[in-house]
Amino acid sequence: MTKLLHRRQILLGAGGLAATTVAGLGVRQLASPEGAEPWLRFGDTLGRKVQRAFLAHRPLAPEYRLDQMSAKFPTNGGFGASYIEPDPAFDKMASNGFLDYRLQVEGLVKRPASFSLRELRSMPQRTQITMHCCDMGWSAIGQWTGVPLGWLLQHVGLMDNARYIFFFAMDRYIGFPVNYHTSIDLLDAFHPQTILAYGMNGDVLPREYGAPLRLRTELQVGYKNAKHLARIVAVDSLSRFGKGHGGFAEDFGYQWYAGM
Amino acid sequence: MNEKFQHSAETLSLPETDGGDTGRAPSAGITIYRHPWPVRLFHWVNVCCFIILLMSGLQIFNAYPRLHVGQIGYYDTPAVFEIASNRDVANPRSWIAIDGREVLDTTGILGEVRDEGIFGIQTIAFPPWAILPQKAMDLHDGRGWHFLTLYFFAANLFAYLIYGIASGRFRRTLVPDRDQLRASSIARDLWMHLRLKHATGAEAERYNLLQKTSYILVLFLLLPSMVLTGMTMSPSFVAAFPWLIDMFAGRQTARLIHFISASLLVGFVVIHIFQLFVAGFLNEMRSILTGWFRVPEKRK
Repeated sequence: MTKLLHRRQILLGAGGLAATTVAGLGVRQLASPEGAEPWLRFGDTLGRKVQRAFLAHRPLAPEYRLDQMSAKFPTNGGFGASYIEPDPAFDKMASNGFLDYRLQVEGLVKRPASFSLRELRSMPQRTQITMHCCDMGWSAIGQWTGVPLGWLLQHVGLMDNARYIFFFAMDRYIGFPVNYHTSIDLLDAFHPQTILAYGMNGDVLPREYGAPLRLRTELQVGYKNAKHLARIVAVDSLSRFGKGHGGFAEDFGYQWYAGM
Repeated sequence: MNEKFQHSAETLSLPETDGGDTGRAPSAGITIYRHPWPVRLFHWVNVCCFIILLMSGLQIFNAYPRLHVGQIGYYDTPAVFEIASNRDVANPRSWIAIDGREVLDTTGILGEVRDEGIFGIQTIAFPPWAILPQKAMDLHDGRGWHFLTLYFFAANLFAYLIYGIASGRFRRTLVPDRDQLRASSIARDLWMHLRLKHATGAEAERYNLLQKTSYILVLFLLLPSMVLTGMTMSPSFVAAFPWLIDMFAGRQTARLIHFISASLLVGFVVIHIFQLFVAGFLNEMRSILTGWFRVPEKRK
């Protein structure tokens, strides 16, 4: 009985402490957003570990039928959005059918290279009809065609210490000094449905959806699927760029692992 | 009947009562050990998680204040529920629309119209005081709070459901007794609720039928549905458990159910807190904090 009481008190004390901590955190957040940041980053890591535990068998995202596709796929970010700085150089390249476009692949790779759209199209390709889940809440189904990222990375040869792949875009938010960029780890980079898409809904990828080339990483939400890719860089650590959280949105406070 | 709640040692010698009649009970006035520690632990962890999840959830909802049925849904598809505005900063007007038809003018309460610079005119569905963080357009930290807290919420709920089933507590305290299901008992129970009269004596030692029903609904339907519909909105969880999408007939339907379940839980909490005052604030608070509950005496 005494032992039971003892254990009960310890557990109650621990529970009370946990509850008070969580409540205190909320209050602290109200007082200063900076104070909460480490906890929210901890939540990001916790979320990645829990979600990855359920993804240990490496499942595919569900794929859909042609007749399930959205009539008018919505857009968010990328050239054409009100908050993206127009870029005459991009428009010039687009008017030429992206003939001068080259994707740079560099960083911790054995054979750094750049590829034209034609070269990318001649590589193995995958077409998938998937659901795009926006972090805001909306969702739409579209068809994407592109080169599997895993194949491309094997083609250039990853170095042993490569851990993450950064994707740098050509578009930039008005008033910000860096272009949009994001990153994924090798588990997602080598996922069969992670592709660099140059085609959408059976046609070439239109400008508002990320022409000439965009990332599709189907186990994560919208902002990880960077548009208008200019260069991809293999690195050993997320801290190589920006504030070190692994991307433009991520440096703002968005979760690096965006599986939900 | 008195086995419903564990008695303290000094009351165990009291004679058994049938407990069937309100206020007819020798146990009135005594103190019983009503809530063992797992119940109290679950309750308070759940309170903290619920507040954070609700407020950060409203912050996330604000990013896209429209709800759909089915797999897909975006600005060009019809919404079954929407907090909308005329997007006119100078002369704002906002409303709740159901199936595209305005049902309630919410100007000044919900759907504030704001000019957010390069991001254009925005409709802020829920006001800053109701959301976490308490400023509009903070989707990333809203997501951060939601996604940090949900694992504690889900683990707490899962552990409690296991405990409640394994210990037999749910069977003892939540499954309605046969006498409670008689039409006359149901009618009396409803009548007592309508008059805001709480049980006394032995009858106060067990939950009444409406309590049992609402606790069963909350524990086995609403709280689990929050977890499952939440998972259905996540592309990683859907890849791991593809049946979720079929179970809720699409990601947007899951989001709709997530919102409805959350609203029903808010309704439950409002009544729950109201009943706290009806049944006796100090006694109820003592029982959920320490476990000890004083059985109310029969009203004179």
